[in-house]
Amino acid sequence: MNAREKAYVRPVDFRDGRVDMSHGAGGRAMAQLVDELFLAALDNPWLRKLNDQACFAPPAGRLVITTDSHVVTPLVFAGGDIGSLSVHGTINDVAMAGARPLYLTAGFILEEGFPLGELRRIVESMAAASREAGVPVVAGDTKVVEKGKGDGVFITTTGVGVVPDGVEISAERARPGDAVLVSGTLGDHGVAILSKRANLDFETPIRSDTAALHGLVAAMVEAAPAIRCLRDPTRGGLAATLNEFAQASGAGFRIRERALPIKPEVHAACEFLGLDPLNVANEGKLVAVCAPDDAAKLLAAMRAHPLGRDAALIGEVVEDPQRFVQMETRLGGWRIVDWLTGEQLPRIC
Amino acid sequence: MRYVDEFRDGTLARGIADRVAHEVRPDRSYRFMEFCGGHTHAIARYGVVDLLPAQVRMIHGPGCPVCVLPVGRIDNAIALALQHRVTLCTYADTLRVPASGKTSLLRAKAAGADVRMVYAASDALRIAREHPQREVVFFAIGFETTTPATALVLLEAERAGLGNFSVFCNHVLTPAAIAAILEAPRGAAAPALDGFVGPAHVSCVIGSAPYEPFAAKYSKPVVIAGFEPLDVMQAVRMLVRQVNEGRHEVENEYTRAVTRGGNARAIAAMAETFEPRPTFEWRGLGEVAGSALRIRDRFRRFDAEARYGIVYRPVPEPKGCECGAILRGAKSPSDCRLFGTVCTPENPVGSCMVSSEGSCAAWYGYGRFRDAARTA
Amino acid sequence: MCLAIPACIVERLEGEEAMIDAGGVRKRISIALVPEAAVGDYAIVHAGYAISLLDAGEAEKTLALFAAVEGAGA
Repeated sequence: MNAREKAYVRPVDFRDGRVDMSHGAGGRAMAQLVDELFLAALDNPWLRKLNDQACFAPPAGRLVITTDSHVVTPLVFAGGDIGSLSVHGTINDVAMAGARPLYLTAGFILEEGFPLGELRRIVESMAAASREAGVPVVAGDTKVVEKGKGDGVFITTTGVGVVPDGVEISAERARPGDAVLVSGTLGDHGVAILSKRANLDFETPIRSDTAALHGLVAAMVEAAPAIRCLRDPTRGGLAATLNEFAQASGAGFRIRERALPIKPEVHAACEFLGLDPLNVANEGKLVAVCAPDDAAKLLAAMRAHPLGRDAALIGEVVEDPQRFVQMETRLGGWRIVDWLTGEQLPRIC
Repeated sequence: MRYVDEFRDGTLARGIADRVAHEVRPDRSYRFMEFCGGHTHAIARYGVVDLLPAQVRMIHGPGCPVCVLPVGRIDNAIALALQHRVTLCTYADTLRVPASGKTSLLRAKAAGADVRMVYAASDALRIAREHPQREVVFFAIGFETTTPATALVLLEAERAGLGNFSVFCNHVLTPAAIAAILEAPRGAAAPALDGFVGPAHVSCVIGSAPYEPFAAKYSKPVVIAGFEPLDVMQAVRMLVRQVNEGRHEVENEYTRAVTRGGNARAIAAMAETFEPRPTFEWRGLGEVAGSALRIRDRFRRFDAEARYGIVYRPVPEPKGCECGAILRGAKSPSDCRLFGTVCTPENPVGSCMVSSEGSCAAWYGYGRFRDAARTA
Repeated sequence: MCLAIPACIVERLEGEEAMIDAGGVRKRISIALVPEAAVGDYAIVHAGYAISLLDAGEAEKTLALFAAVEGAGA
């Protein structure tokens, strides 16, 4: 190969530079941004090939594929940012099938004018999350939209994984008598996000719980391979997840308010804003449904893992043609736990 | 949370429930109206009904300022944002209320109107200060709990001589609403009430004294109750006792926050800035005399109705909607043909479904499994 | 009737405002309606304003009444 003297190229100005339309045009400016930012941060054998696609041998087992778009505001919050959130979210979606996540892809839609320094922070955070989880980002894409047509950054991630034989995890498998468990405290992420929204502006020590759960899931599947259902209660919170399970399986759910692990500060923030913690998003928690005989060892396996220390048994699946999710309140009365209506808005009355 | 968690204790709840079960006379029923939407919400959210004996029937009242706000007033607010192009600051509660022409403040925002959610009235004032080139209007709603904040904001606007700020005032009054309920025509459509659970935080402001004329004139007991489920249950216990003993007094269960005289400073601020309107339309109740406030002449330049020449046009209730009867306590949500089918929290038709405190929303969101149990 | 929570006054600030703490959540609110509020007092806070102070003694009495077998009136 010829050794060519590399001509001087002014490096990307991450300190004061901003995204402009040329960064998405496919020309030199875009190639340079990809090279100095995305490739530098995410570096792995696939990306180094500089192809538009990544090639790999299909692993043994059934393949799982999932995709997610991330539009969170604010982009940066206590405990994480849109970068780490996107990696964790997609890894988790793969993991909820009981699958081992193998690869990720990431597409970026950047708004003209977005500061490159902030973009770098986000991409480096994404890279750190990817490395820590052991799941590389093997392909990507960048587009730029005009100012006013985007919210700074939107990220879309796709994940691929493989499910071992004998593992059949799916929402419709819940049946009456099954146990329902959660892996830890509820509502942390949503409260961390809301506390930074303009006009709400309250201080709380709560940090987002964003985390990659595939290690926890692997430990759970090992302890109880016949787990019926897994899901991470993201937007819409635990309420949405349980209602989804109910709809898919045709059964009802009964849970106990006193058993729900909720941090006192999350409880307080929800009281403040008139929100129900059951509707508040989580990004590092999962809900599991298993046969009653598996509950004890599943709970033990969860609690033994760093991301499941506060795991709890919260209720059971019941016969109910109406598919209601019912909750015994701390007072001893009953109510249903319904889907969130519309957007989550605070209230004064 | 201090002063919250202790008032939700399950063991104490069972204790109070036992006392109520012990004291109710087996040969009669007890119909109590909880005036306030916050109590409706607490009762539904905690399943208080499961702890009360069957003889006690809780009727949900009209104390939900979003629920009783006429559609025409939301139309006015949307017009301010879309036609007059003001920056409309509002509490989140109003954003999803369906207005005329299949729109809402949230939809107007999506269509480009500058509608901003605020947590406090003072936030609206701050926005006006930060944007002197924009006309800022604060969409003020609420009963007497919320009115003092608006009063303070008007006084501050006057002090600061702000030229770009005004208030669209929709504040309503609790005693007048209670009177309207009690004055409602008797008959099968509106069976008698045996007593009232009085509002918690309205009473922090106005005190317990204003309820005394009703207790006397209509011989109905009133027990002011705090917001927590134990407060509500204790208030029911006190009401049952009054009914059994033939008393009709104003009692205060929420003594930790409510006094007979209320908050003098708040009352004075409201008196300085507002005066009663001769009449005001309430969704579901029609015109109610002396039930709402308007801004005094002294603050006319901060009165959005004057400033923008707002004209109110009443909007008829949708066909089949039973909100009026439900707000008066004459019917329950499941009596309405539209409930749960055409009218849901996602697509609310009437006011009772709009706010999460409205009877229908509370029933749908927390209690509709009881309908299924009844018909099963 | 409207959503309000008991919060502890942890710091008085200028402009008739205070920093409150409710279960670990802190926010700046107005105490213009209860200017006599002192650090350590609990206030009932609604939509950014403290509307009344909480009487700790009465709170204790109320809890005791809940547990009482006879005598419910206040």
